[in-house]
Amino acid sequence: MAPLDKNDAPKYVGDPLKIPKIECGASLDTNTYKAYPEHNEALGFPGELIDNWQEVAIAKIGELAKKNRAFQVYLDACVKCGACTDKCHYFLGTGDPKNMPVARQDLLRSVYRRYYTFAGKYFPWLVGARDLTKEVLDEWYTYYHQCSQCRRCAVACPYGIDTAEISMAARDILDTVGVGQKYCNEIIAKLKKTGNNLGMNPKALRATLEDLEEDLEDETGVVVKLPLDVKGADVLLITPSADFFAEPHIEGLLGYAKVFHASGVSWTISSYASEAANFGMFIGSYENMREVSWRIRQAAKDLGVKRIIFGECGHAWRVGYSFLNTLAGPFDFLDQNYPIPQHILEFTLDEIEAGKLKIDKSRNDEFIMTYHDSCNVARGSAMGRKEGGQFDVPRAVIKAVCNNFHEMERDTIRENTFCCGGGGGLLTDDLMDLRIKGAKPRMTALQQVTQDHGVNKMAAICAICKTQFAKVMPKYGYEIDSIMSVHQLVANAVILDGQETDEADKAAAEETP
Amino acid sequence: MISTVYAVLFYVATFLMVAGVGMKVFKYATIPVPLNIVVSPAPRTKRGVYFRMFREVVFFESLFKSNKWIWLFGYLFHWGMLIVLLRHFRYFTLNTWWWVEIISPIGKLTAFAMIAGLLGLWARRIFQERIRYISAPSDHLMLALLLGIAGSGTMMSYVTHTDIINVKAYFLGLLRFDFSHTLPADPILLSHLGMVVILMIIFPISKLLHVPGVFFSPSRTMVDNAREKRHISKWARNLPPLPEGIPAKEEK
Repeated sequence: MAPLDKNDAPKYVGDPLKIPKIECGASLDTNTYKAYPEHNEALGFPGELIDNWQEVAIAKIGELAKKNRAFQVYLDACVKCGACTDKCHYFLGTGDPKNMPVARQDLLRSVYRRYYTFAGKYFPWLVGARDLTKEVLDEWYTYYHQCSQCRRCAVACPYGIDTAEISMAARDILDTVGVGQKYCNEIIAKLKKTGNNLGMNPKALRATLEDLEEDLEDETGVVVKLPLDVKGADVLLITPSADFFAEPHIEGLLGYAKVFHASGVSWTISSYASEAANFGMFIGSYENMREVSWRIRQAAKDLGVKRIIFGECGHAWRVGYSFLNTLAGPFDFLDQNYPIPQHILEFTLDEIEAGKLKIDKSRNDEFIMTYHDSCNVARGSAMGRKEGGQFDVPRAVIKAVCNNFHEMERDTIRENTFCCGGGGGLLTDDLMDLRIKGAKPRMTALQQVTQDHGVNKMAAICAICKTQFAKVMPKYGYEIDSIMSVHQLVANAVILDGQETDEADKAAAEETP
Repeated sequence: MISTVYAVLFYVATFLMVAGVGMKVFKYATIPVPLNIVVSPAPRTKRGVYFRMFREVVFFESLFKSNKWIWLFGYLFHWGMLIVLLRHFRYFTLNTWWWVEIISPIGKLTAFAMIAGLLGLWARRIFQERIRYISAPSDHLMLALLLGIAGSGTMMSYVTHTDIINVKAYFLGLLRFDFSHTLPADPILLSHLGMVVILMIIFPISKLLHVPGVFFSPSRTMVDNAREKRHISKWARNLPPLPEGIPAKEEK
């Protein structure tokens, strides 16, 4: 952690962990649009609320409790100690008590108790058990779509109770009775048709990549390829489709391309699996998550690649790192000398440490950086060979390409990091109010380092974080481009062989080899 | 009469607690874990997980990091209670074990730590608005019950001693199915034992399930090894197979 500037008088901007007074119903009216029947049906769910929804929903609770140990244990084990109550960014941002993790779990736990426990069946008033009514179902829809499944509460809980598991189960139950969320279900339906969340067809994808190749050549004078569907390439890059069109995501993609180019590894993107993000996780549907993951296996086999590398994407990396092998493995047809899958940051750091990249750190000198640990990378995955690699690998890369770096407050980084406010299927305009409020803890922590150290840019490695921050940072007094991809910093600093640089750049490069 | 009623109660309560918790443990142990959901900071080896769980169970590490007050009160209560409970072995063993002799005087004192912890937790449940919000009547009653047990027990240690020789003879008898001894008809003793019976009966059907639950929480008990090891469950293995390679019609 960077030392605090002790000589300066304390400049206090507020506490990112400040706990609000509770305000019942504060975000009760914040509701996300429901899916149309065709979205639900494309995912194998009923189009709209079925007649016997109550019966089906209760049966589904029982089914999930038999299929998933976490769900059963977490419903039983909570003692209501309250340690999690101040850990959720949506609670800190809205003050709505139902956004406290334990209260969010209780929305479902109360129903589980009513139908599946002795106390709840015979003494419901004693243990806070309640019938599953339409009001309860609506409440589930509202508050389980105000959880970004970031797992900050799970770190705080003495039993490791993970609200994300409950929230995913709740969304699965809702889908099962025909109440889906438009944002997630529409996107999964699109992916099943086109291979990515945007619904971008292979032609459009190819055109986009060609444009980017031109941009790269204009910038560097070097021909850098962004290959698509190249059979026999060594590496299949699986990256979030936001990398093809959104800022600052694209800059990250250009960074990967430069690193691959400099390392001499042959690589390709697949049009069939042109998406890293797996929204199947958000809706808690194992079957959908498996289907989405399976495309990666299919593409890898079809293209005959040796390795799979994931681009910068948070929830995708959780699925990639923690679930892919289970969902779509075994990957015995890939080169076993590399991790399967590997993260682009692991790849880049290896290249940097092997001295294969020519780096001029001074090209990032205008930036005073901090780093936002994306929640699902931080708490649901890892990188590298050592414990905590998911924290250390990105920082090592940033520090290798940047001279100015400062950490935010300890309780807001690493395993205690906050969600950006848009994760878990909430990155939709109909939840903008919630997204702005949910970003508050992170933004306050950022304001602290801006005041203390003049930090002017924040890097992240998640497509959702990048989109969310680009949208909400202006509300907190930052420029829209204050959020950067880590590989954007890499792209700035890397100098390719034969790259045209001006005299000043050349001189600087000689000083800091 | 009272002796018979309590004898029946203790046999029934013991059976319900052992069978109930046993069934729950069996259930937890046999439900599949379909994905690796370990939460950071996640160890990469089994040894690391044992060490992590040791720290969780012995030091309440996560709670310490997340809330110092709850940790303090919870720690006082749980450790106070553990020593007190171990001290009770002297009433169930003919010749008191040496280590029970050693902790017995300590146990008399840690009863106060247990009570202080419980009072602290209850105060938070009443005065801290967030915790008040999440509390059901059963959460208050659980604290009342534990305080009742601790309070009546401490009374017998410090205020009105019960006829402990006969209590011990009675329980040693129960352990050997010998019903010739009578339980002293002391109201404090009887309420102490009555509340213990209630606690034993509700153990497997209440939040006391956190005791076995903590050992079956996948986010803490799993090894961070998903890239090396598949965690596929039986039901997932039986899902309909998906095609290998890209179907021809979709290939562009």
